[in-house]
Amino acid sequence: MNTTLIRRTIFGLAAGALAAGGLGSAAYAQRDPAYDAARSAGKVGEKMDGYLGIVGAESPDLRRLVNDINIKRRAVYAEKAQAANATLEEYALTAGCLAIARTVPGEKYQAPDGTWQTRTSAPPLRDSRCPA
Amino acid sequence: MKLPQLTLKGAGATFLPMQENTSGFIGGRWMAAIAMAGTAFLGGCITVNAPDKPIVIELNINIRQEVIYRLAEDAGNTIEENADIF
Repeated sequence: MNTTLIRRTIFGLAAGALAAGGLGSAAYAQRDPAYDAARSAGKVGEKMDGYLGIVGAESPDLRRLVNDINIKRRAVYAEKAQAANATLEEYALTAGCLAIARTVPGEKYQAPDGTWQTRTSAPPLRDSRCPA
Repeated sequence: MKLPQLTLKGAGATFLPMQENTSGFIGGRWMAAIAMAGTAFLGGCITVNAPDKPIVIELNINIRQEVIYRLAEDAGNTIEENADIF
């Protein structure tokens, strides 16, 4: 009887750990394949203001994808900005600095002059206020 | 200004109490006026010209940069936690 109880307890703990692991991976979810493909193809790029922009020709599908991500980003920015006692724009601009810095070669980003640039191995052209 | 109640025998008082009587000499006001004119001629006055352009203190940029540096670490964590939308 005791062994059964111990086994059950162990099984319960293992199940709990799996569930927690599942939740953890959900929080660090990967990009949607369509979004990932659009990034790699240079159809979308990181803007200075912390949002995603369409580079070149716009299609309804692409617009939907970009709007969807930007709405989600805005919600995250708003929540985090409030917690950090900052404005939405300040937080979004900071995230934009970092998002541009994290682009990989081949992806598009917006330079301080407003033009779309393709990221190379060199550091991206960023706003002078961006942190190093 | 004459205040007859102040003088019983003489002519009406032309000066209030505490006011200096400078009769017989050049009046105080005239002295002051002459002194001011003199300094003006001697170039003792400091002239201040208004600038043509309004004075703008660019505090906005500094404040923003400070804020960005403060938020950088937090924003970096946010991007990592929301990797699906960044």
